[in-house]
Amino acid sequence: MTNQRTPAADWASDLDHADPRYNEHAHEIWDELRASGCPVAHSDRYGGMWAPVTHELVHEVAYDTDHFSSRGVIVSNTRPLIPAPIGPAPPITSDPPFHQIARRLLLPPFSPKSIDPWDAEVRRLCTDLLDRMGDIEPGTTIVDAAVQYAQSIPVNVIARMLGFPPEDEEIFRGFVHNVLEAIDLPAEERIASFQPLDEYLDRQIREHADNPRDDLTTYLMNVEIEGNKLSYEHVRGSIVLLLVAGIDTTWSAIGSSIWHLATHPDDLARVGDDPDVMLFAVEEFLRAYAPVTMARLVKDDYDFHGCPMKADEWVLLPFPAANRDPAFFERADEFVIDRAENRHAAFGLGIHRCLGSNLARLELRIAIEEFVRRFPSFELAGDVTWSVGQIRGPRALPVRVLAHG
Amino acid sequence: MRVEVNSELCQGHNRCYALAPELFDVDDYGNAVVIGDGTVAPGLEEKARLAVANCPEYAISVVDG
Repeated sequence: MTNQRTPAADWASDLDHADPRYNEHAHEIWDELRASGCPVAHSDRYGGMWAPVTHELVHEVAYDTDHFSSRGVIVSNTRPLIPAPIGPAPPITSDPPFHQIARRLLLPPFSPKSIDPWDAEVRRLCTDLLDRMGDIEPGTTIVDAAVQYAQSIPVNVIARMLGFPPEDEEIFRGFVHNVLEAIDLPAEERIASFQPLDEYLDRQIREHADNPRDDLTTYLMNVEIEGNKLSYEHVRGSIVLLLVAGIDTTWSAIGSSIWHLATHPDDLARVGDDPDVMLFAVEEFLRAYAPVTMARLVKDDYDFHGCPMKADEWVLLPFPAANRDPAFFERADEFVIDRAENRHAAFGLGIHRCLGSNLARLELRIAIEEFVRRFPSFELAGDVTWSVGQIRGPRALPVRVLAHG
Repeated sequence: MRVEVNSELCQGHNRCYALAPELFDVDDYGNAVVIGDGTVAPGLEEKARLAVANCPEYAISVVDG
């Protein structure tokens, strides 16, 4: 972030999701915007940005690939250099018809039947992290559930899937911070900030060319579309997607869920006493604390329900706001641990449904199960720091352990 | 009672497969398919309704017969 940035003056007309107050107060901000009769917030920042906050309008934008391009999905002061329909990180940055071709390549490795076998490895990773917290004195010991636990789970899994050294996890978190949090840099600085990520991936791709093995990097380097291998930019762009999208999204979901349990002892007790409730509880965590807001670029000037959108302006797609719209969900502002009807949009809607949703759901479920198994009772023990930008979740989450399993 | 999947609308959220694996399977791409002809065996009616009520894309429906 730049030093001279000014705080958002008004969420309806000067929305800024890089303002630290935005994620901290997101739920109230969306409620206020909906109640004010302004379901589409606007900002002159980032070269122009709109943000619908109702389920109906978020759904409409997500489905409308004629007027809205996925060429850019992270709002910043620049615009992606690689044009539609491929975009810099296919398939998330791709538009039809290329999108479906690029997506079909990656669906099989992330299908439920490919992901389910990771159960034991994810569980072992979680219990290792819990073991590493050292001696626990119930009633006294404070652990940081974001730093010592949540943030290390998805990064280790995706590093293994890509065939990258898991010990580079701190480097990966730096890349993710550059892409997703340092969004308000001037355009030239923003573009330059991606250089280390590109160079790291160039080295990994060269290393995989020398040592091909059974991992997603080798798969992307060899897979063919109608007899042709993917372009180098496509391979590297898809790896960027898998690395960036797979890390702090799920880390945020795990952190937010633990934050909820730390502040709602009845729900914590229910998870401990009734493991079957997790089938519904995981979806309710995802609804109530969905971490991911996507974005689109307006293709051509377009009047969207009276909003005069200009070509190349951003449209934020706050799926987390759609998930809390009382016009779509009963008791939208309440966490209902066994909510039976839950058409939440945490993984998006339409053709760009999160490719990694099966993996994310598996990691979230196991992370919560193992944390609660080890610590059947815990409470919030200090200030929580929330992320900035399109991914919302706790970055510091001190909890006091009250019981040790 | 039978369940149906609209494959044009299904985006592979896999909610039906998680909630009612007796009625739904997923293909290699993670998209939902009904098991057999989709007939809902006695006792599975509630699971069929849950699958319908949890599909974010409204791709699942229950039909009589």
